[in-house]
Amino acid sequence: MEVLYQNLLNLDWRMIVMWAIGGILIWLAIKKDMEPTLLLPMGFGAILVNLPLSGAVSHYLSDGSLDGEAGPLSVLYDAGIANELFPLILFIGIGAMIDFGPLLSNPVLMLFGAAAQFGIFFTLCTASMFFDLKDAASIAVIGAADGPTSIVVGQKLQSGYIGAIMVAAYSYMALVPIIQPPIIKLLTTKKERMIRMEYTQKPVSKTTRILFPICITIIAGLIAPASVALVGFLMFGNLIRECGVMDSLSETAQKVLANLVTIFLGITIASQMQADKFLQLNTLLILGLGLVAFIFDTAGGVIFAKILNLFLKKKINPMIGAAGISAFPMSGRVVHKMALKEDPTNFILMQATGVNVSGQIASVIAGGLILSFFLH
Amino acid sequence: MYLTAAFEPMNFVDNLRYMGLGMLGIFAVIGVIMLLTVVLNAVTKPKDDRDDKKQ
Repeated sequence: MEVLYQNLLNLDWRMIVMWAIGGILIWLAIKKDMEPTLLLPMGFGAILVNLPLSGAVSHYLSDGSLDGEAGPLSVLYDAGIANELFPLILFIGIGAMIDFGPLLSNPVLMLFGAAAQFGIFFTLCTASMFFDLKDAASIAVIGAADGPTSIVVGQKLQSGYIGAIMVAAYSYMALVPIIQPPIIKLLTTKKERMIRMEYTQKPVSKTTRILFPICITIIAGLIAPASVALVGFLMFGNLIRECGVMDSLSETAQKVLANLVTIFLGITIASQMQADKFLQLNTLLILGLGLVAFIFDTAGGVIFAKILNLFLKKKINPMIGAAGISAFPMSGRVVHKMALKEDPTNFILMQATGVNVSGQIASVIAGGLILSFFLH
Repeated sequence: MYLTAAFEPMNFVDNLRYMGLGMLGIFAVIGVIMLLTVVLNAVTKPKDDRDDKKQ
């Protein structure tokens, strides 16, 4: 009889708090349809690893040796996240999903992607007031709005807060439709939000589409060698898509591969959400700093567009600057919806998507620059 | 629950150089990529397109 309730005595109030957090993530995924592919496994995993003496994760004795058998989620963590394999493989899928066409057709849009990385560097300075520089840099990359980049940078810089960073990165990506609109509205007038932008689709040759990912990999590799795996895997996925002779592999990378990795990524991230590690004021601080990064990324893109408008004859709708935050394809859609709300006949989806895609490249480069600064 | 982080406000100012370097670096790299894209578009423009312009 004792066997039935013995483990209940190991229950801690913090575990119950983590069940509630897991429940909220599952609710957001199912009810609010926010990044369900990640938030649902993370939410379920948060409950799974916070059961007393959970067999899903490894437990260690006070001398650091393994207590019993290794838990499967800890094994997955060591095999796929500690060595950055899962996020990199996911990048092949993401690269295969991205159509650089709108960006190649209007290369000027790339500037907005660069401007919208401001939040990363602003948060680096802000986080350095609380954490040492390597942890501050890892926290700042939450602003890349790109989970794989956050994981790779955090792991390479050996941050002690990788669990909170991963959760913040993916949660805020899911919350882009809630975070960005008020910031954009605060920084723009109704008149600015109604600016129409002509879109002329210039033809982009197949050769350009094929050479683009190869050249980007070489440039990024020469300038920020530490980020070459990130850029390289993203661009490899895109090359598979654009080469035209690997359609079946491209489809597999976009769907099956990306889905498989995502399932394991989400639930493996949850292995870092054990109550004793996660329920600290530091975690709350990191979540707050992640929000700062997203806010200043959005502001950076919008304000950059407004500055450009001071010099341009044909005005730019400053909202497209906000799409440079990466978070592909959500932030592009958010901006497009906001423009439609102001004027149902104003379509800026193509421009917003172009900026959004440039944000994806810029965020990886920003991660690479951060690594170049601090990886010694 | 505990907070291990100390509060050092002067670090913000000390690390502003990373903000400058980072933004400069990202605009420089994106600038190079932009130029490259313009060159690629110009060099690989479909023949018909070039002919149309000549006429």
